[in-house]
Amino acid sequence: MITLAHYLTVAAILFTIGVLGIFLNRRNVILMLMAIELILLAVNINLVAFSAYLGDLTGQVLAMFVLTVAAAEAAIGLAILVIFFRRQGSIAVDDVNRMHG
Amino acid sequence: MHPLVFIVFLPIIAAIVAGLGGRWIGKTAAKVITTGSLFVGALLSWPIFFQYIAGDAQPVVVPVMEWIRSGTLTVDWALRLDALTAVMLVVVTTVSSLVHLYSWGYMEEDPSQPRFFAYLSLFSFAMLMLVTADSLVQMFFGWEGVGLASYLLIGFWYHKPSANAAALKAFVVNRIGDFGFSLGIFGTFLVFGTVSIPAILHAAPGMAGSTIGFAGMHVDTMTLLCLLLFVGAMGKSAQLPLHTWLPDAMEGPTPVSALIHAATMVTAGVFMVCRLSPMFDTSPTAMHVVTWVGAATCFFAATVGTAQNDIKRVIAYSTCSQLGYMFFAAGVGAYGAAMFHLFTHAFFKALLFLGAGSVIHAMHHEQDMRYYGALRKEIPITFWVMIAGTLAITGVGIEGFGFAGFWSKDAILESAWASGSVSGTIAFWTGSLAALLTSFYSWRLIFLTFFGEPRWVESEHIQHALHGIPDEEHGDSAHDHHLPKTGTGGYHPHESPLSMLVPIGLLAVGAVLAGQLYHGIFVDAERAPDFWRGAVAFSTHLAHAAHESDFWVKLTPTIVMLIGLYVAWRNYIQRPEASTRFVETFPAVYRFVSNKWYFDEIFDVLFVKPSLWLGRLLWHGGDEGTIDRFGPHGAAYAVARGNKVTARLQSGYLYSYALVMLLGLIGAASWALWWAAK
Repeated sequence: MITLAHYLTVAAILFTIGVLGIFLNRRNVILMLMAIELILLAVNINLVAFSAYLGDLTGQVLAMFVLTVAAAEAAIGLAILVIFFRRQGSIAVDDVNRMHG
Repeated sequence: MHPLVFIVFLPIIAAIVAGLGGRWIGKTAAKVITTGSLFVGALLSWPIFFQYIAGDAQPVVVPVMEWIRSGTLTVDWALRLDALTAVMLVVVTTVSSLVHLYSWGYMEEDPSQPRFFAYLSLFSFAMLMLVTADSLVQMFFGWEGVGLASYLLIGFWYHKPSANAAALKAFVVNRIGDFGFSLGIFGTFLVFGTVSIPAILHAAPGMAGSTIGFAGMHVDTMTLLCLLLFVGAMGKSAQLPLHTWLPDAMEGPTPVSALIHAATMVTAGVFMVCRLSPMFDTSPTAMHVVTWVGAATCFFAATVGTAQNDIKRVIAYSTCSQLGYMFFAAGVGAYGAAMFHLFTHAFFKALLFLGAGSVIHAMHHEQDMRYYGALRKEIPITFWVMIAGTLAITGVGIEGFGFAGFWSKDAILESAWASGSVSGTIAFWTGSLAALLTSFYSWRLIFLTFFGEPRWVESEHIQHALHGIPDEEHGDSAHDHHLPKTGTGGYHPHESPLSMLVPIGLLAVGAVLAGQLYHGIFVDAERAPDFWRGAVAFSTHLAHAAHESDFWVKLTPTIVMLIGLYVAWRNYIQRPEASTRFVETFPAVYRFVSNKWYFDEIFDVLFVKPSLWLGRLLWHGGDEGTIDRFGPHGAAYAVARGNKVTARLQSGYLYSYALVMLLGLIGAASWALWWAAK
């Protein structure tokens, strides 16, 4: 029997992988975008799991919103990435260090 | 207004005008104002002195203004005039006015003459304030004022490092004495509740024998107060062991040496002891100390004077020695004799200094006697006045007529013998021995300077004069005791201008006649009490005893004077190589004496080095190592170091920012949950 705890565990693992993907990934900005998608996915799993558990549809509606926002975010992120690549000729994370104050 | 007010305050007005306005009124006006103010003072002082001699003047106190009024402490500016002040007025204004006049010629080529004359007048004001003081605080004001003027004038040529060092040394050594003096004033106020001199002297005999707690011990009140005050006198009057500043003070211009370091300021200690003589009379212990210190200095300085080559240093040690005579005279209770010697000494010592200045002037600033010789034909007037001064200091005379020093030195030695005490007897023998040495070094000075062959050719100063090189400062060129080779080098010394010869001529008159004319009123058992009228504690009994002392006692000074003269003549005229041979036979004696008994070196090891060590310790260890390290430097270091750490956080990498953001979120969430759980 798959209980709520299993869903939450999977979501937590996905979330952790996403967070670590942001910190430990030194190669590619695209990987970073993908990691963000993973985090959002983990959130979605949580939402849907709680929705099913509590018998309340609101959570699933919210998950749909999150998916939409995630798609838009991915589109904008990739667009920025393309422009960045044109300027820098690289999308390696280690080359993106211009965010000094 | 009482003429005393003019005598005292004209010099300070002149000093302010010449010192602050010298740039606008010009150097001639500045010189006229300062010199004029002192001559007015001298012209007003002599009639006052004559009134006291005639016996028709009463002591007066001229109130000037209220100064300090705090609780029971009351200090007023008031000018006190009695026989003692009258003597000092005459000495100070006469010597000061003549020195002012002399400086017209001596300082002719100096670029900052208004400053020099302003300092001289400032000194005269402070000295007059000292001698007219009615309270100890006012005396201390004058005391510090003369110290300041002395410092300024020793360091007058401030571009010379040696002059600056000498000025500082004089100031610092005098601080030690002044510390004792101020402690004495505090103690006097504590004991008597007043600083007014007449009130203190009135109450002093009543305090004899009482005790006071000092430094954890019970000591005799009057002994303690007198000794503390005497420490001040030792500093100002260059007595052992605080004498080291006086020879160095010769770095100042020669007129300054004559005025401050011979005739007036250095006698302030003797004056103070005489002014407070009823107080000193209450403490036999203090009187013994005064006698011992005076006798020791008298002998010590005389020995050192025999081995100096700088003409001014010989006279400086001579001054030190003569001050020793004055102190042991005061110590045996012969205050009249002490003041008498002060009076005559002012004339002949100022004369010797100004004469030496004239010689230095003629020899183009050469001060080393080894480069002199045969000057009597070149500068005859200077020669004759120096002879007069030497006859006065060595005490030439017979019963009935004598030069100034004959009367005063004999009076001192006879009083010392007649006092009958052990310290008095020792002082008599020490003083007689010092008289022998005095005669020797004084005639040595004359013989080396004015007789023999000219030895000018090797002097750097003369070389500069001959070749037109501007005279720069340089050290001693001859370090051994051999006389330089003879020859004039084609140099022709010139006699000094009239402005220098007139003052030394007048002082020569004083040096010849001062003792002859005034010995009666100063020390005579019959006449002196009418003159002093309680201004000093004149002992008629001691004066009688001194007058009736044995014939050989009276003869001793004359005999030792002749021995000294003979030894000097034999060593420097008859066989000029004899002094060199003596030095080669007894090198240790010569080194000991010519190095001034190693006093400077001993003080260096005992006080200067430890002070420097302590200063460095506090500087490096205390200030830099502790306060700075943990204070400003430490704070600055912590900020810089912390900045470096925090700056590394701002890497510019996205992931590190994200990490921080996450940590922050975790922190915030944990805090919120924790808080919510509560």
